[in-house]
Amino acid sequence: MRSLRNTSKQVRLLWRSMSGFTRISVSVLFLILLILLVGPSFSPYNYSAPIGDVWEGISWQHPLGTDVLGRDMLTRIMKGGRLTVALAFLATSLGFLLGTFFGFLSALVGRWVDVLLSRIVEIIMAFPSLILALIVLALLDVSKGILVVIIAVLDSTRVYRLSRSLAQDIVVMPYVETARLRGEKLGWLMRREVLPNVLPPMLAEFGLRFGFAILFLSALSFLGLGIQPPEADWGSMVKENALSLPVALVPAAAIALTTICVNIIVDWLLARAARVRSAAPEV
Amino acid sequence: MAISKPKHPPLARNDARRERTNDLVLDIAGLNIVSSRQPDAPPLLKGLTLRLKRGEVLGLIGESGAGKSTLGLAALGYQRTGCRYDKGVVRFDDLILQHNDEAMLSSLRGVRMAYVAQSAAAAFNPAHRLGAQITEGARCHATFSRQEAKRRMVSLFRRFDLPEPDRFGDRFPHQASGGQLQRAMIVMAMLCEPQLIVFDEPTTALDVTTQIEVLATIKKNIRAQGSTSALYITHDLAVVAQVADRIMVLKDGMLVEENETSSLLTKPQRPYTKELLSVYQVQRPRGRGTKKGAGVLLRGEGLDAGYGGGTRILEGVRFDVSEHEILGVVGESGCGKSTLARVVTGLLPSREGSLWLGGEELPRRLKRRSKEQLRRVQLVSQIPDSALNPRQKIREALGRPLSYFFPQRRPAEREHRLNELLSSCELDLKVADAFPAELSGGQKQRVCIARALAAEPDIIVCDEITSALDRLIAKGIVELMLDLQKKLGMAYIFISHDLGLVRAISDDIMVMQGGRVLSYGAGSEIEKSKDAYTQKLLRSVPQMRVGWLDEVLQKRG
Amino acid sequence: MAVVRLLATRVFWGIVCLWIISVLIFSATELLPGDLASVVFGQAKTPEAVEALRKELGLDRPPQERYLEWLAAAARFDFGRSLATQRPISQLIGKRLQRTLLLALTTACMAVPLALLVGMLCTLWRDSTFDRAVNTAAVVVISPPEFFTGYFLAFFFAVKLGWFPAVMLTTPSMSFAEVVHAIFLPCVTLLFACFGHMMRLTRAALISVLEDPYIETARLKGLSSRRILLVHALPNAIAPIANVIVINLAYLVVGVIVVETVFNYPGLGKLMVDSISSRDIPVIQACSLIFATTYIVLNLTADLISLLANPKLRHAVAA
Repeated sequence: MRSLRNTSKQVRLLWRSMSGFTRISVSVLFLILLILLVGPSFSPYNYSAPIGDVWEGISWQHPLGTDVLGRDMLTRIMKGGRLTVALAFLATSLGFLLGTFFGFLSALVGRWVDVLLSRIVEIIMAFPSLILALIVLALLDVSKGILVVIIAVLDSTRVYRLSRSLAQDIVVMPYVETARLRGEKLGWLMRREVLPNVLPPMLAEFGLRFGFAILFLSALSFLGLGIQPPEADWGSMVKENALSLPVALVPAAAIALTTICVNIIVDWLLARAARVRSAAPEV
Repeated sequence: MAISKPKHPPLARNDARRERTNDLVLDIAGLNIVSSRQPDAPPLLKGLTLRLKRGEVLGLIGESGAGKSTLGLAALGYQRTGCRYDKGVVRFDDLILQHNDEAMLSSLRGVRMAYVAQSAAAAFNPAHRLGAQITEGARCHATFSRQEAKRRMVSLFRRFDLPEPDRFGDRFPHQASGGQLQRAMIVMAMLCEPQLIVFDEPTTALDVTTQIEVLATIKKNIRAQGSTSALYITHDLAVVAQVADRIMVLKDGMLVEENETSSLLTKPQRPYTKELLSVYQVQRPRGRGTKKGAGVLLRGEGLDAGYGGGTRILEGVRFDVSEHEILGVVGESGCGKSTLARVVTGLLPSREGSLWLGGEELPRRLKRRSKEQLRRVQLVSQIPDSALNPRQKIREALGRPLSYFFPQRRPAEREHRLNELLSSCELDLKVADAFPAELSGGQKQRVCIARALAAEPDIIVCDEITSALDRLIAKGIVELMLDLQKKLGMAYIFISHDLGLVRAISDDIMVMQGGRVLSYGAGSEIEKSKDAYTQKLLRSVPQMRVGWLDEVLQKRG
Repeated sequence: MAVVRLLATRVFWGIVCLWIISVLIFSATELLPGDLASVVFGQAKTPEAVEALRKELGLDRPPQERYLEWLAAAARFDFGRSLATQRPISQLIGKRLQRTLLLALTTACMAVPLALLVGMLCTLWRDSTFDRAVNTAAVVVISPPEFFTGYFLAFFFAVKLGWFPAVMLTTPSMSFAEVVHAIFLPCVTLLFACFGHMMRLTRAALISVLEDPYIETARLKGLSSRRILLVHALPNAIAPIANVIVINLAYLVVGVIVVETVFNYPGLGKLMVDSISSRDIPVIQACSLIFATTYIVLNLTADLISLLANPKLRHAVAA
């Protein structure tokens, strides 16, 4: 009971520390996620079945019109959004797991482990990520699993760089040395000494990378190398409807709205984290 | 911005009051400066009044948070980010400083008033040559021509004993040492012969042997320019006693006591001033008595160490620490004393030499040392703020070594031990449930000591444990350490740059420079040492009496 | 000298990266020769035809030999023939590379000065309404995908208002103004995508420099705000700012891929995307090699600039 009250108090404090824009973004993002989660079960239409004319305008039956094959746009937006957001989230989480683990490892162990990992990451990052993804996808059969892995690996290089540089500042702190002097093992040092102290900037980075993952996945789908028909995500829906501009703008706007909200929240997180300690600027 | 309206336009001379203001360079009345971020916090300066006569040097002294720097900067009409001018009048010469009139303030700063910052290394722009920066104020305000400014700069360089005075100005800041930069900064301040110079802790960041050079420079030149007055801000009473005519003691933004220097030192009126004077008198309680020839606890032989493949930082260091002994290690920055602490604890494996703990050899690498060996040698480090994990409560910080080294103890036993540790370090038991950020610097250092004690060590390596703390708090920490040693009887390696302190508490003293041991022995033996550097170090420790600096300078001729 | 050694190390690593990437791109063909044949011949593939193609592509010779040959040819801008059209790839690429560079450089010429100017103004008027408005606008503008911005602009300015052409073709006979008019919308789309980053990072770099103690020294010397910003802050912010600019240029070169697809602009990016859908692997190789090389060279430049802008390294003479 008491912990519940504490949590609600903390949520209220957080809410109060946000600017108006941030509050709107949090609300909108929450709403989007809610619609994506429960929306499809309320839709009377099948997302893959044509039910009207091609590119019908807005009406009571079809609040967002119909698409290139006469399917209900709203239903497809909700279904496609689920896929986009879920895959982006999966990829970001996987990328974070990889990047953070190896970043901390590099910082804590140092020496050849650090040199080796950093060189590998440097080479992957020297490649423009879109080109790398395009080449890999051009050669392999596209599947959701491969998409997630590609985005995760590309993401993990940036997470690695950030987590390594943040952890490097922490591992030289006397409190980490004290723990080392006690003979603590690597796992303890990672979980108990380093992780809690880099959490705020890492959280902001997670948001940033999540936004990038949505954009990246959508861009691949838009270029025809992401999600393949009959399945659809927001990016591939833009591609399908590219010949009718206002229609193509609907899924594009869905992506835009989501990423704008995510980035405004990230901005707020970064500003908070900067007050704890300055995070490395991200390009 | 709220400002009390001057009765006359700021730039007009006030003839009626001229006589009174004429011999005052600075006249501050009822000055309030508040925090702009936390409006509810107590003001940084509370109704401060200050008068500085022409040609006078006024010392401002106090501990951190006393508002000395804020006051010094306010004298130049400047507030740092986070500070806001509230009310009061700052009268400079015949002008009333308008806190929002940047044009007026700019026309005064650098010409008629100047500032010498604490860390000259940071205060010079790394992108420009020193000469360009030093003459910049004069050139921009068109006080002197470029040639004239340069000529004056070079002659000041010469007077301040800077190397290659004709070409010193061509150097970039990173090509000069800390002491040279500090002197260059004073050259910059004096170039336009200002009426007021604010010295903000100008020697605090320097080593004692460098400090004495800079102090000598200030002392010799501050009055050479006749009409120049100065505010000298410092936390070190012994330093300010050498240069100031008059001293103001500040605490929490308010004046505690103000008097002529010699009277303040000999007849302090307020308890706080007396406390400040007492920090130079640490006494070691004579308890168990340190028997020479008691079993050697820790022995180092021929220790060589360095970072990576780089140059050696320690060269052939050897020492013995007996049981219950305090070994003081003293030296200036870069002498290798902190590296010694890292080698002893195993954080930096030595390249050559060996360490013996109670008869058994200590492996060089931390990973090779047994849990028991790790337990017996503990470290307390310099900066308490970074020595405690900000995300762990004190209970966890102290509890972890207890459960790690003594897993066989029951939880209730550990809880009891935790409370015992807190109280033995004179900490409130409530501290256990606080995060480090909620504690003061002194409290944090006490927690660090308690954490070291939790392992029930035989020897504690104390690496500059007082240098990040205010003098009064530092004194408390040293007394605590001595008290604990008397009760528990462990040995210390006490590393410090403060020779005065080390001499007061140690059995044996080791003087280091450039990674080597220059002299080693009891305090009386060190004093008789033939080593030139040791003698220089001994001479450079400031002493709390008027005229100490003059004597030292006289002796040098 | 320390600085020369650092520069040499950095350049060496750039070359190693280029080499590794050329190997990666080359081995793309190695991975799936069967697939290549099935793409070329579709359903009508016979073992003989596949064998003939292998011969034609030289796949019967050892790979390291072919790699060296391929690299040597690529260095002379000879990438072989396209599988789909059988035309020499250098012909396909030449014109398109020019168009892509035109797009990227025009954008850069608009974005860089604008970002620097706005970044500096935001620093001067820090925390003002202008600063906050520009910052929020920057987040909103960099967040959406390029195809949203592109379609959005095309919908309003080409379809609804008819101010700019929706199809972006440039011909050699066009005047400069006409060319700029023709490629205006894709340029603005790219501008939107990179301007925000450059501006915000310029501002962040300047502000972090302005918090350095030597800025306080400059103020206490009575210097003007303008002089402090230009003489004392800017030289120390050059390294981070130059870094941001070059990295964004590198981004531009790659970012054209999506924007060219949106506007059907016949540049290198569009060529690459088309080749991917037709699995025209030699063309994909050629395009990705060009993109990757540009990207690596630009990033290397950024590193070299930051090294050179550091006075400690430039004047690393013992004091």
